[in-house]
Amino acid sequence: MNPNKEQYTITVYTENQIGLLNRIAILFSRRKINVESLNTSPSEVEGIHRFTIVINETEEVVRKLCRQIEKQVDILKAYYNTNEEIIWQEMALYKVSTEEIAEKVKVERLLREYGARAVVIRKDYTVFETTGQREETDKLVEVLEPYGLIEFVRSARIAIIKDSHGFHEKLKEFELTEPSEEVVENEYLDKQDEVFSM
Amino acid sequence: MSNATTTPIPSQSKPKAGAKKPAHVARELTGSAAVLEAFLEEGVDTIFGYPGGAIMPIYDALYDYQEKLKHILVRHEQGGIHAAQGFARASGRTGVVFATSGPGATNLVTGLADAMIDSTPLVCITGQVFAHLLGTDAFQETDVINITTPITKWNYQVTDATEIPSVLAKAFYIAGSGRPGPVLIDITKNAQIQKFNYEGYTKCSHIRSYRPKPIVRKEYINKAAELINKAQRPFILFGQGVILGKAEKEFQTFVEKSGIPAAWTIMGLSALSTDHPLNVGMLGMHGNYGPNVLTNDCDVLIAIGMRFDDRVTGRLDKYAKQAQVVHLDIDPAEIDKNVKATVPVWGDCKETLPLLTELVEKKTYPEWLKRFSDYYKEEVDAVIREELNPSTEQMTMGEVMQVLNDLTGGDAIIVTDVGQHQMVACRYAKFNQSHSNITSGGLGTMGFGLPAAIGAKFGAPDRTVVAICGDGGFQMTLQELGTIMQSELDVKILVLNNRFLGMVRQWQQLFNDKRYSFVDIASPDFVMVAKGYGIAGQSIEKREDLVSAVKAMLDHKGSYLLEVFVGKENNVFPMVPQGCSVSEIRLK
Repeated sequence: MNPNKEQYTITVYTENQIGLLNRIAILFSRRKINVESLNTSPSEVEGIHRFTIVINETEEVVRKLCRQIEKQVDILKAYYNTNEEIIWQEMALYKVSTEEIAEKVKVERLLREYGARAVVIRKDYTVFETTGQREETDKLVEVLEPYGLIEFVRSARIAIIKDSHGFHEKLKEFELTEPSEEVVENEYLDKQDEVFSM
Repeated sequence: MSNATTTPIPSQSKPKAGAKKPAHVARELTGSAAVLEAFLEEGVDTIFGYPGGAIMPIYDALYDYQEKLKHILVRHEQGGIHAAQGFARASGRTGVVFATSGPGATNLVTGLADAMIDSTPLVCITGQVFAHLLGTDAFQETDVINITTPITKWNYQVTDATEIPSVLAKAFYIAGSGRPGPVLIDITKNAQIQKFNYEGYTKCSHIRSYRPKPIVRKEYINKAAELINKAQRPFILFGQGVILGKAEKEFQTFVEKSGIPAAWTIMGLSALSTDHPLNVGMLGMHGNYGPNVLTNDCDVLIAIGMRFDDRVTGRLDKYAKQAQVVHLDIDPAEIDKNVKATVPVWGDCKETLPLLTELVEKKTYPEWLKRFSDYYKEEVDAVIREELNPSTEQMTMGEVMQVLNDLTGGDAIIVTDVGQHQMVACRYAKFNQSHSNITSGGLGTMGFGLPAAIGAKFGAPDRTVVAICGDGGFQMTLQELGTIMQSELDVKILVLNNRFLGMVRQWQQLFNDKRYSFVDIASPDFVMVAKGYGIAGQSIEKREDLVSAVKAMLDHKGSYLLEVFVGKENNVFPMVPQGCSVSEIRLK
């Protein structure tokens, strides 16, 4: 793997349009970039959707990709951030045998240690849920495995950008016919010292 | 997931304050009629198309619009879309295409990809099965939206007639604004039939998620001017952006004031007259010697409306590394995509060029220009003289171009197919005005030439249109001779026949030890084929017939096919071999 590759989280604000998921996804697949995780959800602004996409790539590739994403007609804005610049979480569900938990005190202790919460308890199985970062949810899989983990599933990453002031103000700008210089592509120009060199 | 929820109507364009309201009183209209009303509102007068089951209601409505909308019945949907491309490129307007669902729609794919990569404004309307049949593998159902997503600037499926006016307004706005491109609108049959209360048409001028024009930032213009004014050996590269931006005049003024030599990509050809003293020629793999070599010697490279395609740059890590790069482009995604810009000037070059012209000093670079002319002389000695005045018995493509130049005076629209003849035509054709060179640049689509020439003639009916094709590419779409016949069109067809798929053969000769693998292509008697379509023509093999034959072709009233047999194994030179730097360009 290219040592300059890093985990980036791409946040895309879009119109709610059928087919947009495909339009975004093929920008990655065309370049043979593996999408580690993809989540779509409503955003802080009504009617605006928010995609959260995680990939491992170099900064240059991610920057170019974001420009290609933003170029799509129904997309308002694409941001990319390193893990340091965001707060992120994933949720995981674990199904284990109720008998095992009941009999082995250690399992119960483990679950408590990892902050797992029981979602469903039945005679034959129990479903636990944890929320956290990848290492945390992974670790619980590891420790539960010897006790017969029946099913495991993890959600896509969702992330909040530490520096972001949300999209309300931005959207107002987008709705203007003559927007100010602060919106859209010129944002890259403001980062000229990082991006361009004279 | 968002994509499973119901879709609202695409964000409506907000009418500008003071914009006049549609004059129409609300009336009942079918979706099909609403499509045609939208065309009239957008100033469309020509449609290239082919009917079929799922688009029948639109064709039925068209029956009543024949006086206002000219429909050209093509012989294949690929021919239809290439014709629309030729129309758009010759006229500077948006080309319009009709095709039915299923195979009709999939036959558009090559043209869409071509229009996407060459930024050609198109609105394609495809019929689709009834909405309730979507996803049931219905007869002639194909998922055209997903098939065409990567090769359209925008696409949308209409299932309800009430959406049609706003969706079409959006389609025309998106296709023609910013960096233009193809838009496909798929309309289900029920929406075409559905009657609704039509309240008139409002043109779209704003979509909140779409910024066709970046805001010009003066500080970058200043920086660019500063760089240019300090330069000792500045060099301009221009592409189709100048033509798409309708900025030919602004560009010429910039070139003349700055005194900087300018070279073109094949998509930019004809934006500046070919005999302009500062036009130093063609860039890229088969471009001129000087422009390629000196790319790696200039100190400031000014790229205008071009995207540094690999056929232009050759090996990227050895491309203009010594130069500071000023890149003018309307599409932010192009900046730094292939070549890192020292100063990016985002914006429409119609706006940015005058601002830059104002700040650059009036200068001349006689020594620097002399280096281009020295290289040109070297190229004349090694390649051009022999190409234009060959000592061989067999004719060359170059000498045919020379005769064509002499007889048209550089006033014709030249439409080329793809291959050796395309490179020769671009290298040697003379042009006095813009919108004159129509070629498949980015995609390299064989079969583009003939249908694009048909469209070009509709787009510029007063101009002479010459399609230059090879014997290979011509056979890919020669069914469009039927379109010429039925439309009684005047298109001159010049087939340069070397009895080979010449470009591939050239590569096999140079790089595969002459292992000629399946490039030996047989052709029918083209003149007889043309005759079958009622098109006059002749075939020549001897040099002494060339001038009179080209003259006969140009003088003939109506379409004419001239086949010229040229040397079988002639090569196009100079050449930047793949994987080599532009300064490693070979003269032989």
